[in-house]
Amino acid sequence: MTSSPTDAARRRWGSAHAGLRAAASATAALLATLAIAAGLLALGGYPPGEVFAALARGAFGSWDRFASFTLVRATPLLLTGLAVALAFKAHVLNIGAEGQLHAGALAGVAIALLLPGAPALVLLPVTLLAAAAAGALWASVPAAMKTGMGIGEVITTLLMNFVALFLAQFLVQGPLRESRGIFNQTDEIPAAAHLPALIPGTRLHVGFLIGLVIAVALWLYLTRTPGGFRVRAVGASVRAAEVSGRFKAQPVIWLTFLASGAVAGLAGWIQVGGITHRMYEGLSPGWGYTAIAVALLARLHPLAVVITAIVFGALSAGGGAMQREAGVPEVWVRGMEALVILAVLTVDRVLQVLAGRGSRD
Amino acid sequence: MTDYAALSSFLVAAVGLAVPLALAALGETVSERAGVINIGLEGSVIWGALGGALGSLAAGPYAGLAAGALAGGTAALLFAFFAVWLNTDQIITGTAVTIGSLGFTGAVFQSRFGATGIALDLETVSAWEVPLLSRIPVLGPALFDQAVTAYAAYLLVPLLGWFLFRTRWGLALRAVGESPEAANAAGVPVVRTRMLAVVFAGLMAGLAGAHLSLVHTGTFAENMSAGKGFIAIAVVVLGRWNPGGIVAAALFFGGAEALQFALQALDADLPYPLFLALPYVLSLAALAGWFGRSRAPAGLALPWPR
Repeated sequence: MTSSPTDAARRRWGSAHAGLRAAASATAALLATLAIAAGLLALGGYPPGEVFAALARGAFGSWDRFASFTLVRATPLLLTGLAVALAFKAHVLNIGAEGQLHAGALAGVAIALLLPGAPALVLLPVTLLAAAAAGALWASVPAAMKTGMGIGEVITTLLMNFVALFLAQFLVQGPLRESRGIFNQTDEIPAAAHLPALIPGTRLHVGFLIGLVIAVALWLYLTRTPGGFRVRAVGASVRAAEVSGRFKAQPVIWLTFLASGAVAGLAGWIQVGGITHRMYEGLSPGWGYTAIAVALLARLHPLAVVITAIVFGALSAGGGAMQREAGVPEVWVRGMEALVILAVLTVDRVLQVLAGRGSRD
Repeated sequence: MTDYAALSSFLVAAVGLAVPLALAALGETVSERAGVINIGLEGSVIWGALGGALGSLAAGPYAGLAAGALAGGTAALLFAFFAVWLNTDQIITGTAVTIGSLGFTGAVFQSRFGATGIALDLETVSAWEVPLLSRIPVLGPALFDQAVTAYAAYLLVPLLGWFLFRTRWGLALRAVGESPEAANAAGVPVVRTRMLAVVFAGLMAGLAGAHLSLVHTGTFAENMSAGKGFIAIAVVVLGRWNPGGIVAAALFFGGAEALQFALQALDADLPYPLFLALPYVLSLAALAGWFGRSRAPAGLALPWPR
């Protein structure tokens, strides 16, 4: 109310400064990861230089590699990364994006297969809504257990992941199995349910754009609205938020948990609608878990998630080339994701100590 | 007569499946009593399974069990370095350790045995039949004709109960978990106690993993831990952080898993993925039904120093 123009300018400079610092520490964490990965690769008998070169060629070697592989692989990571970032903002430790993603994919596929004659104008919004609802539904179980019974969400969301994986397995082996009955997968969804291409001539689809829109919307919500302020307040301290007497934390936790599940649910369906056009076992190589690294590296900032999702999309796209050209098993990429998380945590810690704050806040 | 044999073989399977859960959960109890929750337990289990396989190939199944325990302990040491010594967030660090362990065990396995993943045929740990006791009808074979890992779990229950609740060290460890400030003021080394507790949990989770590769299957497969470490953490909650309760909870889940095999044997057409989901659904249901009757250590998952 009483802020003068200079105050506003100072605030803006302050937040730009904080943004620079976050970018610098994220870069430091990435460089540390690369250094450690290089050491481990050398230890495993692989020449790190060649491996990284193969990885870079696979991810950025051509316009098509970038659009059809890096950005396509970044799309589910962008959506699940946003889901995790939103939840973690409210200190809801949703480790269940993997399960919510599967729930969303199953719901979208089921609707698309149930309505074979429907036009795209109906099918696209309905399947997207169904996927978001299914993801939210999957998140509602741990949300209810957390808010109603005080059971920590970490274990419950992890357990729900396994239930979703086996449910998907059951459905593609049984009720939703393709009519040919050869593979454990569903029939191809009708063309009207396919997500349109975003850039003609590449595999990049509208799903990436949906991810960008959600990123901007989340950023505006978190920084510019009272609801977003409540999410951040609850994340900083449930007690402080409640003691202030302005609002109750429980509804905020509920809403954040459900919204996080909904976005993760979208990730699953968007992958099927945009790329695979059917559901099968092993749709996700663990995007819901990689999402944690994506969100943390972005410091839970929705716009930064766009960048970190592309970084991890590149890692995933390059992983295949790494295996083909340098003989390094693709599972190394999973290991590197873990290194990124540990490096982010360590860099944060070192910065805290350097800033003279010996203990965590 | 056939009913009797079916019941007996069901119980043998149930106890065998409960053993890795009990081992990992008993270890994790010590860690959580000291105030550290280690989601990376799943990582220790998979390293234990791989360490067990490699150790068994090199020097026989018993060396494999030792190697598995050591591998699990090493993964836990890595977790402790970050989450206890550097004081990073326990949940996120544990998640990273699990993701990295699943990745790097796969990398080691593939570089040793090829990307196609040939089916390893490992020499397994044979069961030890305890004289007389194994002759008890029905329960005898289930409890006393098992591998050495089962007997280790049996021994661990009274030992841990005594250690945690009857010794000064146990008291100090619980104090670290309830109130690190008070423990610190009383001269208990909080960080060292937590590091040791986490590594002990890792050793036990590693032994549990070695049980999977050397007793249960006789092979190693990527991701074969399949959430056992996560279920073990649920078992700790259900067992109310007490060794006796943990054994009961582990047997409950062992039974649920064994049931799935028994039912499949009855009717091969039953959809097995739904049975595979059963232990996880039961975990959730049990958590919802059981909770509130017990209290987690007050300092659990909180950083030190604050």
